[in-house]
Amino acid sequence: MALVEIENLSVEFPTQGGIMRAVDGVSLKLEEGEVLGVVGESGSGKSVTMLALMGLIPFPGRVRADKLTFNGRDLLTISEKERRKLTGKDVAMIFQEPTTSLNPSFTVGFQLTETLRLHEGMDRKAAERRAIELLSQVGIPSPESRLSAYPHQLSGGMNQRVMIAMAIACNPKLLIADEPTTALDVTIQAQILDLLMNLQKERKMGLVMITHNMGVVADTAQRVMVMYAGQIMEERSAADLFASPQHPYTAALLAALPERSEGGRLATIPGVVPGLYDRPKGCLFSPRCAYATEHSRNVRPELRPWASGHIRCHYPLGDPNRNAAIHHDHPLKTEAAS
Amino acid sequence: MLRFIFTRVSLIIPTFIGITLLAFFLIRLVPGDPIETLAGERGIDPARHEQLRKEYGFDQPILVQYGIYLSRVLQGDLGKSMITQEPVLNEFSSLFPATIELALCAILFALIIGLPAGIIAAIRRNSIFDHGVMGVSLAGYSMPIFWWGLILILLFSVQFDLTPVSGRIDVLYYIEPITGFLLIDTLLSDEVDAFWSAVQHLILPTIVLGTVPLAVIARMTRSAMLEVLGEDYIRTAKAKGLSRFRIVALHALRNALIPVVTVIGLQIGVLFTGAILTETIFSWPGVGKWLIDAIFRRDYPVLQGGALLLGVVVMSVNLLVDLAYGLINPRIRHTR
Ligand SMILES: Nc1ncnc2c1ncn2[C@@H]1O[C@H](COP(=O)(O)OP(=O)(O)OP(=O)(O)O)[C@@H](O)[C@H]1O
Ligand code: SF4
Ligand SMILES: [Mg+2]
Repeated sequence: MALVEIENLSVEFPTQGGIMRAVDGVSLKLEEGEVLGVVGESGSGKSVTMLALMGLIPFPGRVRADKLTFNGRDLLTISEKERRKLTGKDVAMIFQEPTTSLNPSFTVGFQLTETLRLHEGMDRKAAERRAIELLSQVGIPSPESRLSAYPHQLSGGMNQRVMIAMAIACNPKLLIADEPTTALDVTIQAQILDLLMNLQKERKMGLVMITHNMGVVADTAQRVMVMYAGQIMEERSAADLFASPQHPYTAALLAALPERSEGGRLATIPGVVPGLYDRPKGCLFSPRCAYATEHSRNVRPELRPWASGHIRCHYPLGDPNRNAAIHHDHPLKTEAAS
Repeated sequence: MLRFIFTRVSLIIPTFIGITLLAFFLIRLVPGDPIETLAGERGIDPARHEQLRKEYGFDQPILVQYGIYLSRVLQGDLGKSMITQEPVLNEFSSLFPATIELALCAILFALIIGLPAGIIAAIRRNSIFDHGVMGVSLAGYSMPIFWWGLILILLFSVQFDLTPVSGRIDVLYYIEPITGFLLIDTLLSDEVDAFWSAVQHLILPTIVLGTVPLAVIARMTRSAMLEVLGEDYIRTAKAKGLSRFRIVALHALRNALIPVVTVIGLQIGVLFTGAILTETIFSWPGVGKWLIDAIFRRDYPVLQGGALLLGVVVMSVNLLVDLAYGLINPRIRHTR
């Protein structure tokens, strides 16, 4: 049984301009102890997908799915109360901004023991002892004295360690890390990533690493899911994906990596992620894709099994008949044909 | 925190001097000769007039008058009422508990209704309840106190005969002042009927005086709550699996209270201004009514002393509120 099973998940936000579809037909399976990287440009729906799994989509957002299970529990029909027993215990999440993610009016110790007392039923003394253990596990020096510190007295890196300690407090089966290092100094970033990876290995917990940094994914993930405008574009093992990306969008993201760009110049993908009003009828990437054709502009590709994973593209890069198919479907740009 | 307390407390001195200046000079801008007022309609002969002017020091240059005044104030001598010949300080301290009792009831009334109303309005944003609270509080905020008091008297006292029109307690009862707070003194002297009489007398003035703070607190609580509920740490609290009640009542409220406490502090000054009007409407025997009476009688010492004492009270309460603010806001507490 997979730890997480998501089928055809969509999340919509009603806005003044109409219905904003932040997540659109996402399907995903995650095994116990697996590390999944989720990448994509800003606004591609990475966070919202995982918030939906956590049950944290704010009102008036709507979540729909054909299937949404965690550890065999059906999250679509579960009661609010039962759900709260899972969140923070079996599935935990850490966020991008560690300092604003901690409550400024309560001490680190209070916020940490709160979780333990709620989910593990510990008394104050026991929870405090455990909190000290946890703080030292996440590499915080002299943890006893940190219990009485307020978040504003700690650095961003320290606060993220506190967040991690809070998240792993109840030995979750799954930890979702939403861009855990983006807000931190470069030197601290590596330390936090190491910490997360070590904890994951020790505890064999599932880990979802959301990032828009392909480099971070390469260092951490076993499997990668590439998202664009709320949809999964490509999903396969990290090794395969980096060796031979199959989706033009993945290829473009990889080309944007500093170490892959030529002459030290950072390649960027021209154009922007479609918004509420300019969502294309066909392939969502077609306005920016070098290989777009009449066909891909009009017909939305389905997410289908391809190579060792899944892809949402009419013309995967590794398809031997690719050039002929593009030619046949009337390419929109000349470079696509060559 | 020590540094914070120190800077806050040291601000007291210039504020205090400012208050004495205002109390002294503003009153002298009021037209009319106090001695003539004192004499009444019968008039006074010029010789006696001159003698009284000397006695009260009105013949000295104004700056000298101020200097004398200030040095006496610093020795705790606020002068005597020109009408009753009682020391101003004594009159003030015998009347002040009545004002405090009313002001405390008003602010409690405002808090007990305003906080929950603001919180619920924020949680049920854009609901009928929310729009209702916002509409009513806007009306409450713009309500002229005099008019509002008279309307309530007409409705509840005159029309329905539910509450007394004026005063602090029924004339039947005489309660020896112990604390000066009638609600407490009646209970201490085991006079339950007198207690209920005091409660009934308090209802309307409390509502009248509490309406503006209530409106301000409800609106401020709502907007602070709305802001806080959108913060990252609330999302974290949800991700921990905490109950909705705990998230709102602990994690959100604790932070939302910080601006609310500030607003309450600012309301204290407004509250005493309102008390002056409210006491006049309800003939409430407190320092507000005493000051208004002093204005009509041109009782300079009472006006000066009363304004000064009220100013000092407002200043001290604001100081306390500031210190409370430091207590609930760790970011202030820890700045050196
Ligand atoms: N509460 C909300 N109301 C309306 N729209 C929302 C809400 N939350 C997210 N969205 C929209 O959903 C889309 C996807 O957002 P999401 O936060 O998942 O992107 P992301 O991939 O995590 O991007 P980033 O890398 O910037 O974090 C965005 O266009 C965002 O504007
Ligand atoms: S379907 Fe066409 S437009 Fe879309 S990504 Fe594939 S090649 Fe590009
Ligand atoms: Mg995000």
